[in-house]
Amino acid sequence: MHIHAFDQFRAHASALHRLDPRVKVLLTVGYILSNALLPDGSWLAFAAAWLLLLWSNERAHLGLGYTFKRSFVAFPFAIAAISAIFSPSGNSLAEWNLGFVTLVPTDFGVVRFFSILVRSWLSVQMAILLVTTTQFPDLIHAFEHLKAPRTLTTIIAFLYRYLFVLTDEAYRLMRAREARSAGLPGFKRGGSLFWRAKITGEMAGQLFLRSYERSDRIYNAMLARGYTGHIRTLNPHTMQHSDWLTLFFSIPVLLLIQLIGWYR
Amino acid sequence: MLLSPTPLHIPDGFLNLVISLIFWVATISMVGLAISKTNKTLGEKQIPLMGVMAAFIFAAQMLNFPVAGGTSGHFLGGALAAMVLGPWAGILVMTAVIAVQGLLFQDGGLLVMGANIFNMGILTAVIGFGLYRMVGGAKKGLRLTIAGAAAWLATMAAALLTALQLWLSGTSRLEIVLPAMLGVHILIGIGEAVITVAALAFIERTRPDLLNAEKTAASGGRGWIMAGILVSLLAVLISPLASGSPDGLERVAADLGFLGDGQASSYQILPDYTIPLLGETALSTIFAGIVGALILMGLLVLLGRSLRKAGSGK
Repeated sequence: MHIHAFDQFRAHASALHRLDPRVKVLLTVGYILSNALLPDGSWLAFAAAWLLLLWSNERAHLGLGYTFKRSFVAFPFAIAAISAIFSPSGNSLAEWNLGFVTLVPTDFGVVRFFSILVRSWLSVQMAILLVTTTQFPDLIHAFEHLKAPRTLTTIIAFLYRYLFVLTDEAYRLMRAREARSAGLPGFKRGGSLFWRAKITGEMAGQLFLRSYERSDRIYNAMLARGYTGHIRTLNPHTMQHSDWLTLFFSIPVLLLIQLIGWYR
Repeated sequence: MLLSPTPLHIPDGFLNLVISLIFWVATISMVGLAISKTNKTLGEKQIPLMGVMAAFIFAAQMLNFPVAGGTSGHFLGGALAAMVLGPWAGILVMTAVIAVQGLLFQDGGLLVMGANIFNMGILTAVIGFGLYRMVGGAKKGLRLTIAGAAAWLATMAAALLTALQLWLSGTSRLEIVLPAMLGVHILIGIGEAVITVAALAFIERTRPDLLNAEKTAASGGRGWIMAGILVSLLAVLISPLASGSPDGLERVAADLGFLGDGQASSYQILPDYTIPLLGETALSTIFAGIVGALILMGLLVLLGRSLRKAGSGK
């Protein structure tokens, strides 16, 4: 597998790509926080937040609809919010009798449902924009600068580095299983569901042992090359004037969105 | 994408700020504790080990098996990680996995990541390791049975807590979301249990040195057994109670101030503490969130202190 199979980063020479990763992390979290704080049904503020997102997409030279196209990852989860439509407070809009249960959608419930959906949809897109414009090692480094515990960031750095290797290993195991599970057309392949789950479990055990032994080798190799407990990088990550400016000008923008939401 | 979102990875926007902050505080304190514990017991060698193990959980989640009708079961791994690596390392490994899933693949949100880590990393470690450790020295058959039961229960508890969080956030109706979540996860949990048991049995057969009773005992003490049993009992008691009479639980939550009239406002956790000057604004919401988080932090500190005293008294 190619090492960039998981990488969401898209290289462009844009202002957003050059922005310090720390600032990008803070702005993304600020944006998601701002969405969470907006009251239900503040459509004007949601629209303003969406415009900000579109503008950021454009600034990153990705095209207006880039994050939109990839924003449906969180969609299956929307099922969880459907029951909000039938909230007991608010005025009933209709009455659906399904035989065993009567469902009453209310105006309050409908507004709540769509507000949850919009909030989630905007937040996911900003998170996508963050990883599209920032390389993952830079992102980890940013969290380190933002005082995330070094143990954790280093574990995550290792996870990212060996993700490709171990996924390759997992695919090798699955290819081997596929190759051994030959069958004639029209005949059932493999055993029962229980058997299949058990085989998957043994494959997980096998993968565990391979990973465990590999981590031993990695550690020895790192010791041999002078590992002292944390990973060093060449990127200095210094905040430029433009980074500070972006940070300071973004705060009033987010406040303005809040203002629109609360005092429309 | 290779990873299909599982029903346990909550995206941003589905939990309100207060619930998100409370679970961030709980998660941060547990992860902080896990870091200091693992630093003491494992030393610097832990970091490459846990990093590669986190990548292992990630890759193992890709090992899927066809179930029926184009769907496939796959593996969460929280309980297995805690059983093989010990609870503290297991928590760190799952934290890294969930952080990367949220950051890189948007599988789970950023603001709600605290809740996601708590549900899938910490809760599963407490139940998984606690129950497994209880039968550490027992015969192989019993040990594996309990391991399977623990993996199933950990999955169910994570689903239960996710449902409760969604309900407390005013996102879902309890009487709908709870049976739905638990129903789906009864099956997912069985898959998880079979995979966990098969993986454990395989590791024991090929590398028994990694799983012997002394090693398990060294990675966590009596406190984990107690916590595991307590949390499991709690999950087992709450589930039927809440599914059977959601009105009862709703009444309790309303009395405690978690719910306003029919979940009208999502931010009713400190109804009497809204600051008159600020009114019903974002600022008072943030303030209520911070107060709630501080209360929880205080409780955790007290709990930690009393645990330490009990530990030194022995």
